[in-house]
Amino acid sequence: MTTEFSTSEIDLVETKENYECVYEKPDTLTDIRFHYCPGCGHGTAHRVLMEVISELGIQEQTIGVAPVGCSVFAYQYMNIDMQEAAHGRASAVATGIKRVLPDKYVFSYQGDGDLAAIGTGETIHTINRGENILILFINNAIYGMTGGQMSPTSLANQVTSTSPYGRDVSFCGNPLKITDLIAHIPGAYYVSRHAVNTAGNVRKLKKAIKLSFEYQKLKKGTCFIEVVSNCPSGWKLSPRDSMQWIEENLFPIYPLGDIKVPTTNI
Amino acid sequence: MAQKKLGREIKLMKGNEALAESAIRAGMHAYFGYPITPQSEILEYLTEQIPSRHGLVLQAESEVAAINMIYGAAGAGARVMTSSSSPGISLMQEGLSYIAAAELPCVVVNVSRGGPGLGTIQPSQGDYFQATKGGGHGDYHLIVLAPASVQEMSDFIFDGFRLAEKYRNPVMILSDGALGQMMEKVELQEEWSLPYTENPWATTGKPASRERNIITSLHIEVELMQEINHRLLAKYEQMKEVEVRFEEYMTNDAEILLSGFGLCARICQKAVDLARAKGIKAGLLRPITLFPFPKKQFAQLGKQVKVILDVEMNAGQMIEDVRLAVNGTCPVEFLGRMGGVIPSPEEVLAKVEAMAESLFTVESGG
Ligand SMILES: Cc1ncc(C[n+]2csc(CCOP(=O)(O)OP(=O)(O)O)c2C)c(N)n1
Repeated sequence: MTTEFSTSEIDLVETKENYECVYEKPDTLTDIRFHYCPGCGHGTAHRVLMEVISELGIQEQTIGVAPVGCSVFAYQYMNIDMQEAAHGRASAVATGIKRVLPDKYVFSYQGDGDLAAIGTGETIHTINRGENILILFINNAIYGMTGGQMSPTSLANQVTSTSPYGRDVSFCGNPLKITDLIAHIPGAYYVSRHAVNTAGNVRKLKKAIKLSFEYQKLKKGTCFIEVVSNCPSGWKLSPRDSMQWIEENLFPIYPLGDIKVPTTNI
Repeated sequence: MAQKKLGREIKLMKGNEALAESAIRAGMHAYFGYPITPQSEILEYLTEQIPSRHGLVLQAESEVAAINMIYGAAGAGARVMTSSSSPGISLMQEGLSYIAAAELPCVVVNVSRGGPGLGTIQPSQGDYFQATKGGGHGDYHLIVLAPASVQEMSDFIFDGFRLAEKYRNPVMILSDGALGQMMEKVELQEEWSLPYTENPWATTGKPASRERNIITSLHIEVELMQEINHRLLAKYEQMKEVEVRFEEYMTNDAEILLSGFGLCARICQKAVDLARAKGIKAGLLRPITLFPFPKKQFAQLGKQVKVILDVEMNAGQMIEDVRLAVNGTCPVEFLGRMGGVIPSPEEVLAKVEAMAESLFTVESGG
């Protein structure tokens, strides 16, 4: 096995020279391999975010915060200064950073359990203060890291390890559309919902992230981007089926598009 | 903003206000906090003063948010402080554990009140265990300073920032509602007299010239986690070697040793005077740093005195450390008041007199 593997690697190195490089890893990502499960949206979201930071040339001015959740190791991959935060507290940590470094770019990268359950208070108040940060909200409708438990954004009747008979909304509440709530807060400057399930959606997300960093420079309030994502392991679906599940089940509840856009142009 | 440098000044101030003023003078960059009696004057004083002076003050939505703002700002290299009182300090414990683990400097003030639960807004020392034994989860310690006067409420801010930055460790100032609320003469230290050096480990944005800075407390590999545990332990051992602070009063020939921290130390000092006037050889050992604890001093005096009387405004917390330190070389008795009740020097004297009498009876009858 080992010999076979190393031979194929050598082949790869040799053949590389005959090809033109058209798409490569941005310098804002390290060489460390992602630990994410096959097909997981976190990897794509990481990449798009770091591409934007590279393209805008703001690597030296950006500080990221990733709390507990599957993306807690984000600091291993993102080649920028980063802080790991306690579960739910990413936006408070980001507030602390931004308040003492007001001219730097700051983002938090949070899951749905983190942002919409344990950290709901911090989420609402960070945005209510209009902290000039980007909150990137990866909504996979499940607690990925702890093994697929029900999250506030899990769908009605969704089977998870803590809703084995499906989410009973009369008992556990309905899926929380926190992004729609947030759009009502005056401190929110730009609120948009995206996905990483198709190349087209990835491109739209990238545009939105770019815009949000440009907005951050204006110091007009919080930019909030939801990424409707997947969790093949937690959902117990193949990567391909999980993509379809997003389309059929999540998009009707979490429709894509801008929810709040600045009224004045930059 | 005009950066007029204030010199040393003598004023009549509340403990909470003297502490807040000293934080500004010590060059605090940012304060995050949430109102709670009996320490709200700290937040109020800062929100009044800071706009025309320097630094930043932000009222957080909770103590949970406040301590995590502290984490973020300290990680970004700023000199930061928060304050609260007992129930709020309980809410900060997870954050403090993370801060200790990520080795970030900050000062946390607990102007404590009676508990458990919502308890009372009156002074208490019931948070001794929480403050000195870690408080949150995992193996860690805060450096704990216990002021006994408005002067020390002021001075310990400077000491607190200095120690926090020296060790990259959170420092707690464990005060109480009486010290926070009472007014006394205080000599304020000179503004900007505490040097500040930039922290090379801070997340300020990664220039091409250095590797990225990461603030984290996550170490999945057990060997690495254990290595970090050992590193933290070594730091605490060093604190025990060089940072222990205490005060002795009339201990040279003392036969009965009083022990107490903070407000109780003041009460005990008065009780020592009263006892001496009656010919009783009483003395006082007052721990100023509760962690690191003056263990050696207690061990030494434990061999000299006949008995120790530990006085606390709780059900008996520091007494466990006193007993551990003397390790059975002399008996340790306790006088405790709870629920916001402050013991009077006369009460302490009465107990000392009773102890002296029983010692005398035993000796003469012996
Ligand atoms: C205070 C606290 N409670 C619970 C946990 C356990 N925990 C870790 S991650 C997580 C949920 C993560 O889910 P989500 O935020 O949706 O992110 P995902 O893993 O799906 O990306 C939980 C409950 C913790 N680390 N800390």
